[in-house]
Amino acid sequence: MNQSKAEQADPRLAWYRRMVEIRLFEEKVQELFMDGLIQGTTHLCQGQEAVSVGAVAAMRADDVLTNTYRGHGHALARGMTPETAFAEMMGRSTGGSRGVGGSMHLVDFNMGNIGSNAIVGAGLPIAVGAAMAFKFKGQDRVALSFFGDGATNIGTFHESLNMAAVWSAPVVFIIENNLYGEYTPLRATAPIDDLARRADPFGIPGIVVDGQDVEVVRDAVATAVGRARSGAGPSLLEMKTYRYRGHSRSDPAKYRPEGELDRWKKRDPIGILGARLAGDRVLSVEAQEEMTADVQREIDASAKRAAEAPIPDLEETASYVYAE
Amino acid sequence: MSTQNKVATAAVEAARATVDLTYRDAINAALIDEMDADPAVLLMGEDVASDGGVFKTNTGLVERFGPERVINTPICENGFTGVALGMSLMGLRPVVEFMFADFMPTAADAIVNQLPKYRYMSGGKTSVPVTLRVVSGATGRFGTQHSATGESWFMAQPGLQVVTASTPGSAYSLLRAAIRENNPVIFHEHKGLYGRKGPVARGEIAEVGRAAVLREGDDLTIIATMLMLDRAVEAANTLASTGIHAEVIDLRWIRPLDLDTIRKSVRKTGRLLVFEEQVHNGGWGATIISRLAAEGTPWRAAPRAVSLPDHLLIPYSPQLEDQIIPSSSACVEAARELCGRT
Repeated sequence: MNQSKAEQADPRLAWYRRMVEIRLFEEKVQELFMDGLIQGTTHLCQGQEAVSVGAVAAMRADDVLTNTYRGHGHALARGMTPETAFAEMMGRSTGGSRGVGGSMHLVDFNMGNIGSNAIVGAGLPIAVGAAMAFKFKGQDRVALSFFGDGATNIGTFHESLNMAAVWSAPVVFIIENNLYGEYTPLRATAPIDDLARRADPFGIPGIVVDGQDVEVVRDAVATAVGRARSGAGPSLLEMKTYRYRGHSRSDPAKYRPEGELDRWKKRDPIGILGARLAGDRVLSVEAQEEMTADVQREIDASAKRAAEAPIPDLEETASYVYAE
Repeated sequence: MSTQNKVATAAVEAARATVDLTYRDAINAALIDEMDADPAVLLMGEDVASDGGVFKTNTGLVERFGPERVINTPICENGFTGVALGMSLMGLRPVVEFMFADFMPTAADAIVNQLPKYRYMSGGKTSVPVTLRVVSGATGRFGTQHSATGESWFMAQPGLQVVTASTPGSAYSLLRAAIRENNPVIFHEHKGLYGRKGPVARGEIAEVGRAAVLREGDDLTIIATMLMLDRAVEAANTLASTGIHAEVIDLRWIRPLDLDTIRKSVRKTGRLLVFEEQVHNGGWGATIISRLAAEGTPWRAAPRAVSLPDHLLIPYSPQLEDQIIPSSSACVEAARELCGRT
């Protein structure tokens, strides 16, 4: 892709394109699922793109992140190619984890994506550990951990915030509050609406952020990352967001009240940034459509190439179990 | 050889000298030697930096290496084991102390889903050099939630390694080997053995996955770990005085099991006694018998197990605890029966 001068000057153009890429990637995943090329389960993040893209925009190349099974957005935002991600989800040897990980484990240590976890809450202590290693080595690197609202009810959330606070670990905890823990609305499983308040017992900042506005996300994460990098310790950010699809592949999300999805779609993260870019005369509506078509072609071509990659050899995977 | 090299070699030789240490001090020495050898090694856990730790295995460590490398954690096993995993991904080699083996189930997610699967889920692109040092076993009058060995709880999990220390010498050399492994290792030390004294070859690093034949004999093979090994050796002495010659194997590694050493011994003796401080079901003893049976081992007598009773739990009452933990005389009795000498 040739970056125009405008794109180099205004980082929002790249953010816009990346959010479109994540959206179209997720939609392609649904299509590949119908075709049987992707099997098992997938947890899609349409509607939550601004969180991944905005947060990653605030990271340095040598910072790291842990995330969850709803992790395609973070992986792509961090630079994993759609082809590598598709190949992983198709169980091919060219996937990020050579096909043994699947949809819930899009990892890339070279990009600092140090673990996408299928166990709720398990990524938080791992991020604290990475952060403690940076501190131990005297490096000014930061670890981010992305997780859902449901994870704030599990022990490792509280254990991790506590350890990070006690040790002033350079870590940023990011709740993607999409209002549902699997099929159950948040208020049925948590007694408060603003989960950022769960920072209070640990004496660390807890901040509610508009998770649909990529610029707001970016600024909030940059502040928290800066705080962590300076040695001032961890923060908890609560991104208010929404997933357009159900929890996973098998969930039609019939539990949602009438009209809720439409209300959130009026605050679509791509729509919000698109309107602003058009208004600022940075990227016209026509240019946005062109860009979207361009990304769609790339996504389609990536999926095609991924599907042509070889299936890994089962015996070869033994070497992934134990290191030499 | 230059003078400098001669001095260096002499230092290495001195370091390799065999000394008499308690099991507790052997663990302490292994920690010191590994932390000296590699600045990426650190120790963390509950009270590890407080007064040498609850069982005094860590005496002097925080003074020597500082609080950055000897880290007191909050009481949250699942959380701090996950932290150790995160540290290992960034190049550190944490040793995590579990004050009691009974606390491992609170970290079961970290032990079953995280440590052993993390490398795999990356397609083999990372490794997880984490050692869990686990204080195991009964005889301390600690009651039913502080007395398990837990040595077989995780033996079925690919991605893990599980090792037990039975003597001061093996506690030292196995702990050093565990810390050097680029994979997660659960290292069991027995709280009833801390005061035992024995020779320690300072500088020795044990072979991973290798059992040790402690005593040779032709009449039967006794396999044991930790405190039971101590009692098996005592039993073997008693048996020898009545003309029964037991081969005693210190199993050491529960995962991977050293079936080669075991097979060789049992092919010679034709009789096997597994002597365990755990219930027999689902443990290493049952697995060894099953594996040998499945490969058609020619037995001279059906294999036997002396283990904890399946229908009871470990009691506090000192008298009852002494009854329930398999004794050396129970081992003698079973061995005599196995050899047809009742």
